[in-house]
Amino acid sequence: MNSTETNLADLDRRIVLASQAGLPLDARPYHWLAKELGVGPELVMERMRAMLSDGRVRRIGVVPNHYRLGYSANGMSVWDVPDGDTREIGRQVGDLDIVSHCYQRPRHLPRWPYNLFAMVHGRSREEVTDKVAGIAALLGDRVRSYDVLFSTRILKKTGLRIQG
Amino acid sequence: MDELDRHIINSLQGGFPVSERPFRDAADELGTTESELITRIRCMLDDGLLTRFGPLYNAENMGGALSLCAMQVPPEHFDEVAEQVNAFPEVAHNYQRDHEMNMWFVLATESLEKLAETLQKIEEDTGLTVCNFPKQEEFFVGLNFQV
Repeated sequence: MNSTETNLADLDRRIVLASQAGLPLDARPYHWLAKELGVGPELVMERMRAMLSDGRVRRIGVVPNHYRLGYSANGMSVWDVPDGDTREIGRQVGDLDIVSHCYQRPRHLPRWPYNLFAMVHGRSREEVTDKVAGIAALLGDRVRSYDVLFSTRILKKTGLRIQG
Repeated sequence: MDELDRHIINSLQGGFPVSERPFRDAADELGTTESELITRIRCMLDDGLLTRFGPLYNAENMGGALSLCAMQVPPEHFDEVAEQVNAFPEVAHNYQRDHEMNMWFVLATESLEKLAETLQKIEEDTGLTVCNFPKQEEFFVGLNFQV
């Protein structure tokens, strides 16, 4: 990295640190951020757009509390699908509006045969179980086996934070 | 929660503008005013209907390492092991789940080396095997809750 790139990487990191708890509810939030960081507002907006386009920022907006909206149940559905079909199936499952995270992860044989993970949300456990059964029906014989794991207790929840 | 709150939740889970007056630009789209939009978001945050407002970062693309891990913990030692695991600051969240693999946690570290090191330390502390489930491919992250 040359020095300009180093400086930009450093600025991006500072933007993240200053905004990961949220944007200020100010008419000019990026100007507020720029002032906080001692740089120009145009630069802050340019970096925010750059981070959006390369995926470091997934999106900007409101994050609803799904418990409060009635989606109090969620289950981690796990699927054993043929390796060659994982991408196609992953996209199909990820596109469903009840699924929040969908990833391919390694199997741990013999005790863990599943290679596709999808978080399924619903208003009750029954609804989640029904939706998982619906996904199984949709995927048909491409699924060798599946399961759904419900959380019974939150042991720790600090959330992800980029360290300063 | 009224019609406008619902409209805000349904329409603004992404796509908040990057501009000088982003609330005004978003309000135009939503058919409301800048000050009304700010007030509504503030109220929904205070009220707990929203957990956050702002950019959602992808921790991995920021240069850190992240992985989902699981352990099969004997039920009689569960709380003791939970305490040992939670003591690591690298453990971001930890859930008990109804399966033989009954403890599921997310590790977030600055690097892959640090992740491997932390995994090993957890195994040493607990005397249990940790299964590591690093993400190999991401198909979707997010949820467009409609209310």
